[in-house]
Parts: sequence; C-alpha cells; structure tokens
Amino acid sequence: MAESSKRRVRHPIAHLVLCVGAIFMVGPFLWQLSTSLQTFGESVSVPPTFVPHSLQWSNLSTVFGALPFGRELLNTTAMTIARTVGQVLFSALAGFAFARMRFRGQGVLFAVFLSVTMVPYQVFLLPQYQIMQRLGLLNTLVALFLPGMFSAFGTFLLRQFFRQLPLEIEEAARIDGANIGQIFWRIMLPMAAPGMIALGVLVVIWSWNDLLWPLVVNSEPRQMPVSAGLASLQGQYTTNFPVLMAGSLVASLPVIVVFVVFQRQLMSGIAFSGVKG
Amino acid sequence: MTSSGTATAPAEPVAEEMVRRRRPRPPTQDSGWWAALLLLPAAAGLAIFEIWPTFQTIYYSFTSWGAFGGHVWSGLENYRTLIADSDVFHAIVNTAIISAISMLAVPLSIVVAALMSLPGMRGVTIYRTLYFLPVVTLPAAVALTWKYLFNGDYGLINWLLSKVGVDGPHWLSDPATAIFAISIVGVWGSIGYNMVIFLSGIHGIPLDYYEAAELDGAGRVSQFFHITVPLLTPSIFFVTVITVINSLQAFDLVYLMVGQTSPAITRTETLVYLFYQRGFAEHDGGYAAAVGVLLLLATLILTAAQFRLQRRWVHYG
Repeated sequence: MAESSKRRVRHPIAHLVLCVGAIFMVGPFLWQLSTSLQTFGESVSVPPTFVPHSLQWSNLSTVFGALPFGRELLNTTAMTIARTVGQVLFSALAGFAFARMRFRGQGVLFAVFLSVTMVPYQVFLLPQYQIMQRLGLLNTLVALFLPGMFSAFGTFLLRQFFRQLPLEIEEAARIDGANIGQIFWRIMLPMAAPGMIALGVLVVIWSWNDLLWPLVVNSEPRQMPVSAGLASLQGQYTTNFPVLMAGSLVASLPVIVVFVVFQRQLMSGIAFSGVKG
Repeated sequence: MTSSGTATAPAEPVAEEMVRRRRPRPPTQDSGWWAALLLLPAAAGLAIFEIWPTFQTIYYSFTSWGAFGGHVWSGLENYRTLIADSDVFHAIVNTAIISAISMLAVPLSIVVAALMSLPGMRGVTIYRTLYFLPVVTLPAAVALTWKYLFNGDYGLINWLLSKVGVDGPHWLSDPATAIFAISIVGVWGSIGYNMVIFLSGIHGIPLDYYEAAELDGAGRVSQFFHITVPLLTPSIFFVTVITVINSLQAFDLVYLMVGQTSPAITRTETLVYLFYQRGFAEHDGGYAAAVGVLLLLATLILTAAQFRLQRRWVHYG
C-alpha cells in the first residue's frame, strides 16, 4: 500500500488481511500466466519456476495449431453475442409489459415465469437436445445459442428495473399523444439501460463460460466453443502444462476484460437479484 | 455456472433505493394487444425451450429408453434403480461434503466484506475486482489451472507443503483427497460472489446503529459480532442456500479436474455429473431424466426451506 505523504494509511490490519486474501485469489492467475510462457522443462522442474528464463510465445502457436482454436473463440463469441442480444431484448419487451401494463391473466403468466426461474437448467437439457436433433441442428453454431436466447430470470430482473422508473414522464408523453410503442422505444428503453447492461453482462459471462450444453450438442471440434475446446486440449496435451495454461489464459481473457469494464453494473445486478454470477 | 441463470431465491433486502413504495400501474388503454405483442417472444421461447421440456423430463423419468432412441413407459423403474444405485448415494454424499467445505467461504467473505466496509477504507474497488475475478473466469480454464497447482509431482501446492515438511498426496487421483481439492477450488471461486451479497447487506445496515454502539464504548470487533453479523442473517441464509445449490450443480470442475477414467471419480461425482454421464455418454435418457427430477426436487426443497427459515430466524433490524 502506497502511503500518501499527507496521511498515514487507515486500518493497516484490515489492509494486511485483505492483501493476504487477494494473494490467494490472484495467485492461480499469476501462476497460469507465468507457466504459459515457460518451456515444458521449466514447468516440471523442482523447485518450481516462478519466472520463465525466456518468454516462450511458441506455446500460443502450439495451442492455435492443436485445435481449431481461433475458430472456437469465434464460436464462443458468436454464441455469447446471440444469447445476450436475445435475452436482453426479449426480457426488456416482456419485462416492460409486466411492469407497466394491465392485461388479463397477468398474475398467472407472471407466476409461470417466476416458477421457471427456480428450475435447474439441467432439467431442460434432454428435451432441448431432442429439439435440436429434430431440427437437424446438432453440431451447428445455431444449436449453441438458440435455447439460450430466452430467459425468465432476465424478464424478472428487467421488470424490477422498469417498475422503478418514474411514471410522470410516461404520463406526459401519453398526454402528448405518444402510443405505447413510442413510449417504450423512445423513453422507457433508454431509461432502463443500466438494468439492461447489468443483465447483458451477466448473460455474457454465463454464455462464455457454459460447458455442459456445448458438450451435449456439439461434439465436432470446429463447432465447439472454447470451453469445450479446452477439454479436448487437455485430452491431447495431458501434462504439457505451458500449452494448457496458454490455452486457459487466452480462453478466459475476453470475459475478464468485459468484467473489468462493466464491473459496477455487474455487481449491482448481482446484489439486486441475488443470482449466481 | 448456470447458463440460463437460475435465480434461486427472492431478491435480497438490498439498499434502500431498491425498496421503494409500490406504485399503482398506470391504467393504459388497449394494453391487451400491445402486451401480447411484447410478451410473445419471451413467452413462446420459454414455452418451447423450458416449460414444455420440464414436463417432458418429468414424463421421461417414468420411461425406459432403448439404445436406438425409442422409449416405453416403465413406471417407477428408474426411481427404483436410482434408490438402489450406489453412484447416486455417492453423488449425494459428495454434494454434502462439497457443500460443507464450501461453507468455509461464508465466514471468510463476511470478514472480507466487513473490512471493505470500514469507514474511510481505501482501495475497495481494487480489492473487489481481485476477489471477484475467480467468479467470472471460465470454469474450464480455472479447472486446468488448479489441476496443475494440485499436481502430485510438479504442483506448486505440494512444493509449498514440502517446504513445511508435509509430503503432499496426489490430490486429484487419490480418492481420499480429490473431493477436498475440488472443494478448495469451490471456496476460492465463491468468496467473491458472497462478498458482493454481503457488501450490499452491510450497505443496508443503518449507520446510527454503529454510532450508538460507538458511544456505548463498543470496539470494532464487538460491533462486528453484535451488529453486522446479526443484521446480515438474511444474506447469510441466502448465501448458504446458494452454496448448497451450487454444490449440487457442480459439474465443470469434476469433469475437467477428475474425469471419467480417474480412480477418484466415484468419490467426487455429483448429481449433474451423473446426469451427463448417464444421459449423454451412456444414452440412458430415462435414468438421466430421473436424476434431473431429483435435482429439481432438491432445488425446490432448498428454496422452500430458505423462505420458511428466513421468516422464523431472521432479524430484519
């Protein structure tokens, strides 16, 4: 901790405890980074190598040569974008209807949405797999994102956000003769942007990290996302730790960047909904 | 990590701005058609991909699947097999062990959140980022990294242990230790998430409680035990239930750190691992569906327990 020249650091013991904890949290990442730039010999030496003697960038080219790794990164990116756009858009539409409209059967429908959020997603997998099979979509990019474009949880979250928006603006617009569509697109949607970003970041993280569904529908390496790609990389390079660490690093970096950029919205979304990140 | 994001519990009692007065909904004309239009994509998608599949899975759990995809009604057969299956028993015991060890993350994250909430504390944003990093990181990458750390011959962990005179085991291939290795990664990966929940819980505790305690001469430690912890009970309950549900769902770490061929697999497999293995590796859909129903029941029971217990035990201040 850098001491400011004017004041000494407050709570030194608290900082000490938090720093020790932080080392435990970040240590594995540093180890991964260091190993990804080592030679194989360095990675299996005793005592362990903390700093590589010379940076082995060749581990990266090995990863990209071993798998259709670039292609898998693109698959993951496409899957993530499609799921995120779908969930945020459809949840915003439905969330707005639940928050701001009155219609018959509203209570029942909302109860159904809410019940769906409590079902563990493995319960959907077998029938979802069959749907993909019947549509002839197994081992395609579409299979990776199609069922993941809809979210009862997202609807619930955005309904909460819409409910918090002040009514006055909406009423003023209505008096000026705007119809519901205009009110939604021009006024409500921009105002609900923080909620939509929070949901969007959550969905980006879930989609990027998803492993089980891709394992189920896409066994073809060129159609896999990078999470499943890492599993097959491990199959090929069982103990070549530098290669495995280089792959792990590249595969996890994009979502870490998204997290660092949008962490405030993400944290507020999590605190707000109490949902697994 | 769930991909469809199962929100497993009601929203936390978070900061005041969340708990506004309920406003009456604006009476809008011709809402019916508009509402139908806005709800259609989400409702149709959920009906096709989540609601109908839930009923299908329940139905499949009463059927027996042939090797070539057909299935016939078989009543309670799968459930009988399930009850007698030692793997299911292992999965439940393993889940209990993972849950129990993962609970260590709860007191740790309360302390972390309380320290970060000290008045005038600096660097909170940086700490928060570092502690939360494991939560968002690709589980597959996390699994590979920890697998290397736990490696019996070349792993950093055993080298550190050897420095203090302990001869470390082959963590992941030894049936006696593999589950502890996985649970440690679980603790590491959940502290950041719990921290965020507890930070928002602490944020909701009125400052005058602390000021009053200060006037009465209570120190920081005493304030922590007499104000912070009791008033955090709703969050503690919530996090506890989430911890159990996540242990129930553990898959990625088991699949990638231990795997099918390891002698340690029966001591580490979880219900979701079993579900994947039976349903998709061995194509026994009926049995996998029954495991899925078991998972569903367990989750619902935990969520219901959370509601009831919260009503009975919790201080809301």
